[in-house]
Amino acid sequence: MTVGAWEAFLLVLHRELCLSFRRPEQLFQPLVFFLIVTTLFPLGLSLQLSALRDIAPGVLWVAALLSSLLSLDSLFKSDADDGTLEQLALSGQGLTLIVVAKTGAHWLVTGLALVIVSPIVAIALGIPTSAFAIMMLSLALGTLTLSWLGAIGAGLTIGLRRGNVLLSLIVLPLATPLLIFGAAATDRAISGTSTAGAMYFLAALCVFTCTLAPWAATAALRITLE
Amino acid sequence: MWTWFYKLASPPYVYGVAAALRLWLFGAAALAMGYGLIAGLAIAPPDYQQGDAFRMIYVHVPGAILSLTVYTVMAAASAVALIWRIKVGHAVAAASAPIGASFAILALVTGSLWGKPMWGTYWAWDPRLTSELILLFLYVGVMSLRSAFEDPLRGDRAAALLAVVGVVNVPIVHFSVVWWNSLHQGATIVRIGAPKMPGSMLWPLLSMWLGFMLFFGAVLCMRLQAEVLNRERQASWVREAIKS
Amino acid sequence: MNFASDGLEFEKVHVWRGDRHVLQGISAHVRPRELLHISGANGTGKTTLLRVVSGLLRPEQGSVTWLGQSITSSRTEYQAALAYASHEPALKSDLTAIENLRFAVGLKRRVTPKDLLAALDRTGVAACAELPARVLSAGQRRRVSLARVLAMRASIWLLDEPHANLDAEGSELVSELLQAHVQEGGLALVVAHRDLALSCPVRRLELNS
Repeated sequence: MTVGAWEAFLLVLHRELCLSFRRPEQLFQPLVFFLIVTTLFPLGLSLQLSALRDIAPGVLWVAALLSSLLSLDSLFKSDADDGTLEQLALSGQGLTLIVVAKTGAHWLVTGLALVIVSPIVAIALGIPTSAFAIMMLSLALGTLTLSWLGAIGAGLTIGLRRGNVLLSLIVLPLATPLLIFGAAATDRAISGTSTAGAMYFLAALCVFTCTLAPWAATAALRITLE
Repeated sequence: MWTWFYKLASPPYVYGVAAALRLWLFGAAALAMGYGLIAGLAIAPPDYQQGDAFRMIYVHVPGAILSLTVYTVMAAASAVALIWRIKVGHAVAAASAPIGASFAILALVTGSLWGKPMWGTYWAWDPRLTSELILLFLYVGVMSLRSAFEDPLRGDRAAALLAVVGVVNVPIVHFSVVWWNSLHQGATIVRIGAPKMPGSMLWPLLSMWLGFMLFFGAVLCMRLQAEVLNRERQASWVREAIKS
Repeated sequence: MNFASDGLEFEKVHVWRGDRHVLQGISAHVRPRELLHISGANGTGKTTLLRVVSGLLRPEQGSVTWLGQSITSSRTEYQAALAYASHEPALKSDLTAIENLRFAVGLKRRVTPKDLLAALDRTGVAACAELPARVLSAGQRRRVSLARVLAMRASIWLLDEPHANLDAEGSELVSELLQAHVQEGGLALVVAHRDLALSCPVRRLELNS
């Protein structure tokens, strides 16, 4: 009696979340990195809070991008190292389903965590609370898109020496539109102007990526598994 | 029609075509670029707004166009190689990448040099220069990925997938950078752009564009020959070709 | 289990790894109730062949068919019907043995904890069910991976060095499992250096460099 696609998806999701929470210290690392990077900017620029506000959206977004990238390396690496990736590929459920479940789980523990922590960072950067809603929504969309771009990159760089450097090299140029729209949305939310344009573009980018990236990431994994 | 396509998939055939075309392409490129440079640098009148500085256009614009064209060629060859498993496609992609990257660097350097008389500074985050920079990063990513693999075929395939993913993103990146720049208009009043073009200015530009394309074709033939020889080094036809 | 007369066939399979022509036109036909023992010196492509048959690796030339259909056209159905045990036991060190089984087997068929415990018991590691894989010995991990193969109830078994890290008792266990599987109508391809001491008929495929 074969297992349906939805059931299989939930099982893989469960597996990923189980594995993530077995090593809770690893969940905190990207978040701590997020806080550290954000702290570096005021230290490096020694600005007043009011002046920080001008560069805050950019700083927040760059820090979020870099923190997400840190954890993307491990999306497939651990499974590839111990041979369980092959077992998943041969499960009869189709590699795309596996990839969607793994990336979804990764976003839940990384991207979503970043979104939840972002108000703390925002306060440190002088972003007014009126902008929080847009900031968090844009971060949610942005980190989801980034998880997918990162899945493609991670699929291509499994097992390479200095794979994580190469991963960043590959993913960051592709992520520039994200950064532009996300930071612009947050910036406009701070200044009170209309955020609709930036948010629509960001949402469109997210939908576009979430639709096409699974196939690209699956193709990447197949190349690596050979 | 498909026999032509499958003929192109044969490495010795492609090697032969590249060898035959090379010299003609170099010759034609020299002619086109020669006319373009002489007509553009010496004969065309200076622009009333930008003076002689505008002449950078004759290298900058074709360079930028070519960097995009070559990326598209690279992505198309990669797609063919991935979908139909035609290995020559990988050879074309591998041969084109450094050429495209060089065009991108050329466009950036000439753009920067053009910027000095225009903006007073060598760099000012002009939208087109910025998206050209990101294109260069995409090239570097593809080339780095290819060389990071020990198994060359896997490296080819991974780089091919990245090239295809990148080509989808190039328009998105360009659009987002232009949008971003429109938000932060301020520093750049004079954009690096084509001044209104009478014939005496336009023809040399078109000729340079054609010349750059032919030059790309010629260098591609050269590099493709080397790539094919390297990839097929176990095959018997290669030993024959090296002897002759 | 699907019992089919056609079985598994691979024809003229060629694989290159860089410059090395690893598999040079290998063919074989394995029917249900048959076991193919793949042997050969190191580096002759035994594991590569198994990966080609599993569908993970597409050969440059040649084809693999199951029940008359090419595996590339019906990849997911084919892979649902096989159980692959690689040279590594393929266990997540942070998960317990039974969790490892659940997440792997659960994608192929609905299993209850009882089923999984029974499989672990059959391979002699029922006591390890609730232990994380990282504290198990190499032999115990191998037994857990065998339990996984058992629990999948697949018609095709692809085993790469199933005897590795096992003592004499463990090797006997492998033989028993293989014999039972073949008798019940399944087919198996086993890569092994040593001779398989089996009472059922075994066909041999020797790979040379």
